Amino acid sequence: MSDEPRHDSPATPAAWARAAGLRWLLLAALAAIALLAVAGVSAATVALALALVAGASLASVAGAATPAPQSLAGEAGSAGQALPSVDELAAAVVDPLIIFDRAGTVVHLNAAAGRAFPGLPAGASLALRFRAPEIQRLIDSVISTGQAGVADYLERLPVERWFRVNAAPAGERGSLFVIIFRDQSEVRRIDRMRADFIANASHELRTPLASVAGFIETLRGPARNDAAARDQFLQIMQAQTGRMARLIDDLLSLSRLEMKPFFDASERVDLVPLLGGVVDALSPLAAETGVTLERQFGDGPAIVAGTRDELIQVFENLIENACKYGRSGGRVEIAIDRAGADSGVDVSVRDFGDGIPEEHIPRLTERFYRVDADSSRGQKGTGLGLAIVKHILTRHRARLSIRSRMGEGSTFTVHFPPL
Amino acid sequence: MQAQHIVRSFDEDLKFLANRIAAMGGHAERMVDQAVAALVNLDGDLARRVVADDAFLDQTQREIDDRAIFIIAKRQPLAQDLREIIGTIRISGDLERVGDLGKNIAKRVVAVQDNRQTVQLFRGLQALADLALTQLKEVLDTYASRSVDRIGFVRDRDEQIDAMYTSLFRELLTYMMEDPRNITPCTHLLFCAKNIERIGDHATNIAETVYYIVTGQQMPVERPKEDKSHRVVIGG
Repeated sequence: MSDEPRHDSPATPAAWARAAGLRWLLLAALAAIALLAVAGVSAATVALALALVAGASLASVAGAATPAPQSLAGEAGSAGQALPSVDELAAAVVDPLIIFDRAGTVVHLNAAAGRAFPGLPAGASLALRFRAPEIQRLIDSVISTGQAGVADYLERLPVERWFRVNAAPAGERGSLFVIIFRDQSEVRRIDRMRADFIANASHELRTPLASVAGFIETLRGPARNDAAARDQFLQIMQAQTGRMARLIDDLLSLSRLEMKPFFDASERVDLVPLLGGVVDALSPLAAETGVTLERQFGDGPAIVAGTRDELIQVFENLIENACKYGRSGGRVEIAIDRAGADSGVDVSVRDFGDGIPEEHIPRLTERFYRVDADSSRGQKGTGLGLAIVKHILTRHRARLSIRSRMGEGSTFTVHFPPL
Repeated sequence: MQAQHIVRSFDEDLKFLANRIAAMGGHAERMVDQAVAALVNLDGDLARRVVADDAFLDQTQREIDDRAIFIIAKRQPLAQDLREIIGTIRISGDLERVGDLGKNIAKRVVAVQDNRQTVQLFRGLQALADLALTQLKEVLDTYASRSVDRIGFVRDRDEQIDAMYTSLFRELLTYMMEDPRNITPCTHLLFCAKNIERIGDHATNIAETVYYIVTGQQMPVERPKEDKSHRVVIGG
């Protein structure tokens, strides 16, 4: 299996291949050390460089025996090339990488690990955060036997992620270990997406398809010469095919979202122009349904961590729903609260329609869940809008809260976490 | 994290306890996840494996109890150390119960197997289980990171879990009223939903214990209880 194509370089010296455990760190160090090796520096120097990679700035943990990083860097520098520190090397690795000691305590983690596993500071226990039995076994075995190992790790909640996890001892003394997580989610999800799509599509498309087939049969048979009926039937058929098309759009959109890799929290979006754009775009639809959209955006920008396109989709869905199901209220309020419940930004979309019965509220974000199937279909709903909203918000580590009172309307509030 | 003790082996004792909790936690999370997967997919083999898995939790809980009592007797710990050890005993108790509830869900798979319910109902159960498991995961993550300052999420989610349970309860009642043949499978599913809701409660208990370990204070009292199923009235 060409599982790890990135370190397949034929130029890799045999000594490095033997230190298989270090391969990822080595890979990161490759560029830095290459010059040394090419310049014909003795094997001892290469070994020294390896020791630096493994333990340099970890001296305090590894024990007094480890040479101080500064002096090592100095020696390397005298060979004409300053080696990067462990931090810098770890930062150069794109996959989450964590260095830990014999007790399973996190000694260092790179930026990718910080992003992928927030709330895991140096000094925390690795086993406490990665509790899955297979990871526990992997960590135990690499510490007790000193042998590199590999495991597959599924983190299902809050967002599904698959990792191929490699753990290996780093350095001669066997006091430090490296664990690297390679995200395999995309590959797995593509497989699953097909199965899910077929299951959902076949289930949900069957009803409109059956109705279209029925009307065709009637048009070819009993209603063959009935012009009035023909017109009416064709109209229904058109509505049904439109529904099927929307369903496929939504299913694809949901599947695409599920396939995306985990969320990069460094992107920033200003919600004021974003919401303004969404409101402008939806104004014609609102006018058609007899609803006015009211903006209460407040002053100044409202910056959150987020992906622009995905957030547009969220607010389009929420405002569209408010217009459709709250149309009897005649207006929809879109408000930004810069001091929200989670001390981040809150955006609320409020309608003044009939409201949603209490027992349905907790279930609204389930796929194909409908409060009232007939009225939902009448509104051209697919039953997927809020499922999409929830999925996007989970990726953003944001929450959706729904409040509703019968006869007074509903408020959908998105709570963004503080930056 | 903890300051070091003069006696190094004391640190190792505490570390041992924490690591056993982590192992139990991972195991319990996996059991519940698989039990619900077995239920939703009506997978009898997976269900049997989940039932067999429970022995590990029972055994580890006894191990933790023995070790904790031994440590208390030998080291006579005070303050944070004592809270840590007592907390470990309580958390392992909660996790053992979570495992039992998971096992109970798995056992019911056989009973509902030949009577396929609507897809929507299973989606509801899955969504409820996802909420409860997220709660458990985040609580155990908090145990690892000791960052109790943002533990308020526990309350919110507890509320959501209860609301979702109440909704499922009503839905199941509706099915039972529609057709008496649904009563047997739906009763099993009702117990499954109740078990999942209980798992959420145990997660909340663990959060309270973690808060106590770290701060020495009890978590502020207003614990939401929004189980409204007792207010559901059948018929008019």
